[in-house]
Amino acid sequence: MNAPVGLYQYQTADREFLASRIAEFEGQVARRLSGDLTEDEFKPLRLMNGLYLQLHAYMLRVAIPYGVLDSRQMRKLAHIARRYDRDYGHFTTRQNIQFNWIKLEETPEILRQLADVDMHAIQTSGNCIRNVTCDQFAGAAADELMDPRVHAEILRQWSTLHPEFTFLPRKFKIAISGSPQDRVAARFHDIGILARPGENGPLFRIFVGGGLGRTPLVGHELFDSVPEADLLMTLEAVLRVYNAYGRRDNIYKARIKILVQALGIEGYREAVRHELSRMDPSHYRLAPEVVAAIRARFAAPDLTASPDADAVLRRDRQANPAFDRWVRSNTLPHFAPGRIAVTVSIKPAGGIPGDATSDQLDRLADLADQFSFGELRITHLQNVVLAHVAQDRLYALWQVLNEIGLGDANNELIGDIVACPGLDYCALANARSIPIAQKLSARFADNALQEEIGKLRINISGCINACGHHHVGHIGLLGVDKRGEEFFQITLGGRDDDKSRTGDILGAALPEDDMVDAIARIVDRYLSVRERGEQFLDTLSRLGDAPFKEAAYETV
Amino acid sequence: MKQFNLGPVRHPAPATLDIVSVGEMTDATRAIRLSPDFDVETLGSALDHLDLIIVTFPIFRDGRGFTQARALREYFGFAGEIRAEGHLIPDQAQFLWTCGVDAVQLEDDTDTTPWLRALTLFPVTYQARLGLR
Repeated sequence: MNAPVGLYQYQTADREFLASRIAEFEGQVARRLSGDLTEDEFKPLRLMNGLYLQLHAYMLRVAIPYGVLDSRQMRKLAHIARRYDRDYGHFTTRQNIQFNWIKLEETPEILRQLADVDMHAIQTSGNCIRNVTCDQFAGAAADELMDPRVHAEILRQWSTLHPEFTFLPRKFKIAISGSPQDRVAARFHDIGILARPGENGPLFRIFVGGGLGRTPLVGHELFDSVPEADLLMTLEAVLRVYNAYGRRDNIYKARIKILVQALGIEGYREAVRHELSRMDPSHYRLAPEVVAAIRARFAAPDLTASPDADAVLRRDRQANPAFDRWVRSNTLPHFAPGRIAVTVSIKPAGGIPGDATSDQLDRLADLADQFSFGELRITHLQNVVLAHVAQDRLYALWQVLNEIGLGDANNELIGDIVACPGLDYCALANARSIPIAQKLSARFADNALQEEIGKLRINISGCINACGHHHVGHIGLLGVDKRGEEFFQITLGGRDDDKSRTGDILGAALPEDDMVDAIARIVDRYLSVRERGEQFLDTLSRLGDAPFKEAAYETV
Repeated sequence: MKQFNLGPVRHPAPATLDIVSVGEMTDATRAIRLSPDFDVETLGSALDHLDLIIVTFPIFRDGRGFTQARALREYFGFAGEIRAEGHLIPDQAQFLWTCGVDAVQLEDDTDTTPWLRALTLFPVTYQARLGLR
């Protein structure tokens, strides 16, 4: 296949950096295995390389910068899943992939293999700036104002081994989008950035202090229109205030959102302005030629399509209702005539959200080569996007997806469940998130029923750390432990778009056994009371949660 | 304790200075030790009389000293020696140097080999590549 597009092409210096980094880590692993390093001493070192110790094994989280990867990288991930894990990988809500059954002694070799395809696990853990996330339809969506990938790459480089901000009070997450439809949950990030074109170059609207976890807070707008030249300077100022004044006495109060809450957004803005007033702009200016040089390392795909591509697609849709349904739910209009952006659901009925087998990963790589210029994106809802499919070949793509079990028409529907790893893997969890996700997914397996229900997202977290983002689920489930038994608390009305808010608790937690039926009753009630054209959130906002509360607790 | 220089020390402080805390400063003070929560801006003109400032790291994960050192150099033009003390790891060597720290205080029996290696590991920083100084 031709050179991958839409992907920043590494330079020699990037590769040399990775090689030395792995050599260093290999020495640390050897010292750990020989006992020269205790687990306490080794822990911060392994975390710097994305290696966690979970309930049963080591987990390696591999960075996928802004969620974009090419087919050769995807094949390498498949190989790692097959050779070093239990034949599958797990896509995360930060557009990364993690491997849950890793042997410590094999990690240097895995990292070397990743480096062969310009990948690594750096800054996927620790109190540093984590992998920057980005709109999964960047450079494809018809509604996009500006392609955010060039600036996402600039943020990646800026935040990599940052000398001042690698030992922050707590982890730090940045998301960037160039669409008016906030598809990155910008208001639920430590820093969320919405980019748009201005008369004299790009402008950036910056939100700060959003987050989920134990204290869910919607971020505040810090600045409306930061020019490109000042982007990094502004971010440095935001981080400098946080590094100096963020709390370090309590891990649960250490995120920037708590500092923003304490100072108030005006106070925080004032502190940032004070920093900016002392900074020498000539040290921090992002020069147009630097941006141009990075832009030049992204190849642009040739998006010309056959003139009758849309007519072919129309005909294919008329001929096959199941295909037509899938097109309705799992595609997004592309800005280029004759092209369409596809979301491949990694949420098959009864499956584990975000888990893909090595065979599926390999086949996805093949499909990327055949249908989308060898390029793939991981979404923060744990699915995979093929961004540039020709409309007259969409039917052929859909047929292959069905063959490999990834043809579900459930994008943003009730089967598109986001769940944390839960007690099956995680030492922090109170409850198992995965089995309940699987049961719900099986219960609502029928794609026609899902379409009838409409947009309805379920998010499941196994504990209050909220890795399953239950606060922003239209229906959120939070696992709690009651005297050794797993219960789930329901929240309704959360959302992470431009009307971001956290969900409201419906009532007392229900036992795991009752959960699926309770959700089904809520959905049934919604179907019976909704008005024409309403989605779940519309009905909820019109009626409040009383009817749903009544339904949920009907038999209790 | 022994001193490990992260590079050519900008303006080496005399070896025999009395080091005091900010609260103990007098007009004669030439060397101070900062706690991580200290706002270096409040030093004001006292900075002009100092030859040595020590930034402290109670645990290596507490990165406030990086911001203090950077502010001293960049905002207040401090030209004397900055030294880092406390719980530090070799992985931080280059970060410290880039933020303006000249040297670290290590236990006498600390093997400096990993520190030397860390300083040569990554010759080019990403931030410099983006044109940042």
